[in-house]
Amino acid sequence: MQKYSGFGLLKHALTYHENWQRVWRSPKPKKKYDVIIVGGGGHGLATAYYLAKEHNITNVAVIEKGYLGGGNTARNTTIVRSNYLWDESAWLYEHAMKLWEGLSQDLNYNLMFSQRGVLNLGHTLQDMRDIHRRVNANRLNGIDSYALDAQGVQEIVPILDCSSNARYPVLGASWQPRAGVARHDAVAWGFARAADAMGVDLIQQCEVSDILIEDGATVGVKTKQHGTILGERVGCVVAGNSGVLAEMAGFKLPIESHPLQALVSEPIRPILDTVVMSNHVHGYISQSDKGDLVIGAGIDGYNGYGQRGSYPTVEHTLQAIVEMFPMFSRVRMNRQWGGIVDTCPDACPIISDTPVENLFFNCGWGTGGFKATPGSGHVFAATLAKGVAHDLAKPFSMFRFHNGALVDEHGAAGVAH
Amino acid sequence: MFYIYCPYCGEHREEEEFHPKGQAHLARPENPDECTDEEWGNYLYFRDNPRGIHHEIWVHAIGCRKFFNVTRDTQTYEIKESYRMGATPEVTHANDPLS
Ligand SMILES: Cc1cc2nc3c(=O)[nH]c(=O)nc-3n(C[C@H](O)[C@H](O)[C@H](O)COP(=O)(O)OP(=O)(O)OC[C@H]3O[C@@H](n4cnc5c(N)ncnc54)[C@H](O)[C@@H]3O)c2cc1C
Ligand SMILES: [Zn+2]
Repeated sequence: MQKYSGFGLLKHALTYHENWQRVWRSPKPKKKYDVIIVGGGGHGLATAYYLAKEHNITNVAVIEKGYLGGGNTARNTTIVRSNYLWDESAWLYEHAMKLWEGLSQDLNYNLMFSQRGVLNLGHTLQDMRDIHRRVNANRLNGIDSYALDAQGVQEIVPILDCSSNARYPVLGASWQPRAGVARHDAVAWGFARAADAMGVDLIQQCEVSDILIEDGATVGVKTKQHGTILGERVGCVVAGNSGVLAEMAGFKLPIESHPLQALVSEPIRPILDTVVMSNHVHGYISQSDKGDLVIGAGIDGYNGYGQRGSYPTVEHTLQAIVEMFPMFSRVRMNRQWGGIVDTCPDACPIISDTPVENLFFNCGWGTGGFKATPGSGHVFAATLAKGVAHDLAKPFSMFRFHNGALVDEHGAAGVAH
Repeated sequence: MFYIYCPYCGEHREEEEFHPKGQAHLARPENPDECTDEEWGNYLYFRDNPRGIHHEIWVHAIGCRKFFNVTRDTQTYEIKESYRMGATPEVTHANDPLS
């Protein structure tokens, strides 16, 4: 792997940038792998990377039906935070946050990880009580978290309407300074490049059409483009398509697939240097380095695989944004798109063994899994390597929906991404 | 934007008058106390999530406020039919020529 550096950039400038090495190979699939990962989004690629790096398992294939990172990884609004209420989820997301903090160096790839802070606004007394509770829970778990009043919020975001004239006045917020955003494509590409360099085969344009099962255990997958590919263990990391893959393996998941959409404005001068989220009026916003305002909507209530969202949902979201930032009312929107998110009843992921032996699923991240990408890959790699759940993954077994031990994060993840 | 036929009002109306309410035809177990944890968990949480024909409950929230069922393709979003609670769907995964 060619190491990226400032010096390398200068050197390649001399040859008009025509001699850069390919970032990863495009290998023909082998007959058999130790581990097959279905789904080349951020989570699948991170899983492959940590399998190779931490567990020395390099005979690994990532099988992706489209292109790497083309699913929700490339469609999300890139908010990274770890201020979740319950211990189980706080530990998991904070594990990811700690990995984020050294990840650009670790991968030798600029992820543009920017810890610009995230505000979760409160507009009612109950919102504020919930915020205080969550902030205290966060602090007990060693997560940086502060409760601010309206004035404190106004100091951080002068353009936010914190006046009492607002229909839903801002009463305060939780504030996590270490939270922020990262460049989503770079995350997929950085993990892909580093995994490829350690020998992982990244197989794009290859759709898994069946999961092969013998005597209750999986032995590999059938693909549309390359026939049968055998694997000792199979990990499915396919987000919105988890239900489809589970059906291939003959079981159901407590997951439904919904469209979730986002939109960006025309690029404007720097105006917003943090991330503002509101559960109550239901919208959230940040500004990308290019200058576009990045705005996230809610899910459509119905099941759908159409990677587009409905107009009423966009309208509601923009109402919320204009309510919070009246000055944005005349900004023009440039693009709008949708991703298919895998929502789970308790708004927490599933990182789990399944009714089929040697078959594991990592899914259910729903509207908020981007922030967990490195942590999810890290614990899922350990789970696949050892065949038993990593300690941080244990509470997230799919069987919690049978024994009742749910991790109900709706309070902290209501909107929220 | 969906244009949904309410089988009680006998009219097509815009999506915003309605709310989706999840998978249709889920029968509540007759004797919850006799269910195993698995049976009860399956009833509460585990759902069909097909890429294709799906039967779902909608409510005509700002119309007649009645609940009814819709058969819809979750990939093309085409609505195949609306039918009253208690009725059986005419279009199913098994008989839809395209799925
Ligand atoms: C609009 C939007 C905004 C969001 N905002 C945020 C946010 O601000 N912060 C946050 O933390 N999270 C956010 N999320 C959620 C986040 O994007 C996801 O949780 C996360 O990216 C999931 O990553 P993944 O790798 O599991 O899935 P994906 O990136 O979707 O990857 C799954 C891959 O599996 C492939 N696949 C599917 N079926 C098959 C098959 N049969 N064979 C082979 N390959 C297959 C797909 O092509 C896809 O590339 C948002 C999501 C959306 C849609
Ligand atoms: Zn009606």
